[in-house]
Amino acid sequence: MADRKIVDAKNTFCPGPLMELIANMKQAEVGDELLVLSTDEGSANDIPEWINKVGHEVIESSEDAGVWSIVVKKTK
Amino acid sequence: MKILIVGGGMGGTILANNLARKLRNELKSGKASITMLSASDKHMYQPGLLYVAVGKMNPSEMYRDQVSLLEPSIEFKVDPVTEFNLDDKNVKAKSGTTYNYDIIVIATGSRTHAEGTPGLAEYAEQFYTEADAVKMYKKLEAFEGGKVVVAVGVPHKCPMAPLEITFMLVDYFKQRGIWDKVQLHYTYPIGRTHSLEPVAKWATPEFERLGITYETLFNMKEVNENAVVSEEGTEAEYDLLITVPAHKGMQVIEDAGLGAGGFIPTDRKRLNMEGRENVYVLGDTTNLPISKAGSTAHFEAEALAENIASLMTIGTATRDYDGKVFCFIEAGDGKATYAMFNYQNPPDPKAPTAGIHMFKTAYNKMYWASARGLL
Ligand SMILES: Cc1cc2nc3c(=O)[nH]c(=O)nc-3n(C[C@H](O)[C@H](O)[C@H](O)COP(=O)(O)OP(=O)(O)OC[C@H]3O[C@@H](n4cnc5c(N)ncnc54)[C@H](O)[C@@H]3O)c2cc1C
Repeated sequence: MADRKIVDAKNTFCPGPLMELIANMKQAEVGDELLVLSTDEGSANDIPEWINKVGHEVIESSEDAGVWSIVVKKTK
Repeated sequence: MKILIVGGGMGGTILANNLARKLRNELKSGKASITMLSASDKHMYQPGLLYVAVGKMNPSEMYRDQVSLLEPSIEFKVDPVTEFNLDDKNVKAKSGTTYNYDIIVIATGSRTHAEGTPGLAEYAEQFYTEADAVKMYKKLEAFEGGKVVVAVGVPHKCPMAPLEITFMLVDYFKQRGIWDKVQLHYTYPIGRTHSLEPVAKWATPEFERLGITYETLFNMKEVNENAVVSEEGTEAEYDLLITVPAHKGMQVIEDAGLGAGGFIPTDRKRLNMEGRENVYVLGDTTNLPISKAGSTAHFEAEALAENIASLMTIGTATRDYDGKVFCFIEAGDGKATYAMFNYQNPPDPKAPTAGIHMFKTAYNKMYWASARGLL
């Protein structure tokens, strides 16, 4: 878990958490895990939707005090 | 105190001018100096590229001599940096000269990275450099009808450009009298038509009104002669493909190991490079999760100028950057609107009006006063 890259997209509106994740995925290697932090409720849906559509993997998703933590894995 | 600013674009220029005014006495007495290194003796008004791409501006109108925008107390050199030696507090530049500093500000901008998407450079049109915008205009002029697809890579500077070019294309085809022969298809990387939800809420019904089709969650994977293929497994066939390719920071930033993709990890509020007290980053070069826009670079530069000046005069920073971004949105049909937001407050754009379009048109000229730090 030590190498999990954090994408801190809290309190940002544009480009927003999903676009930040897409950009960071490009720089990641297959097998890498990324933790996205977001204060946008929509992220809980649109990040898993994109991850599933492209065929990467959602490892976990949780919410604490208005901050969503979504861990995803680059699979290809 | 030697202040070195690397990059003479929007961020670097506003910072240098604001600092030169705030540190007037220190510069006069020799206690401080400001040197700017850039890659060009010209300053480009980049939003002009949108207009060049549809034949509404001559490329020469986008440029001013960089020296003419700078306070005379700033030493300006066209000598692009080739090596950053942050531990030794110096940079090496193309001429072979080594420049020492006490404080360095890196504002080298971002660039399109078409090579990252196979086939894009070969088959698609782009408009993020003068040469590309002119080439796109020539392609448009030769176009007599068919399917036009707009596709967008991530990350990219100017979040409004994909929508703006789409609406400007509608105007262009209408003016040429061939709009009824064009099918315009817009694609976008996330699950709505724009990253800002209120903007998407306004743009989507506009698309429907104008007969523009759209596909969301569409990230370019590769381009072939007939179609652009998405990471999501779909394809959009085209006769003319207009793209905003994914961006990277400058190669020299990547080569120096300062940040993945050429974007430097930066503190959200103080704008220093993470882990470095005397290295600051501005504009497109930061890795901040905010819009890569001229206004971002502008507001960051204002905050940073205050902090560097107060560091010199009272020994500590006095202001945080609050994440402010302001973007005009050209909506076509002679109308425009704008979005303004910061780390705390979401944008709430109003319906486009002719008045805002006129203001934006005036801003195309006022930009130069803004770069001089006068607006
Ligand atoms: C088509 C288009 C439309 C746009 N529309 C808008 C808009 O409407 N509103 C808005 O706010 N923004 C807009 N932008 C975005 C805006 O232009 C950029 O975000 C802004 O210029 C970023 O400022 P910057 O200082 O970070 O970088 P830049 O302004 O790009 O400046 C980078 C500078 O670094 C110099 N440089 C590069 N490499 C080196 C090196 N090795 N050593 C020294 N110097 C170097 C370059 O010569 C340049 O002077 C648009 C951009 C485009 C392309």
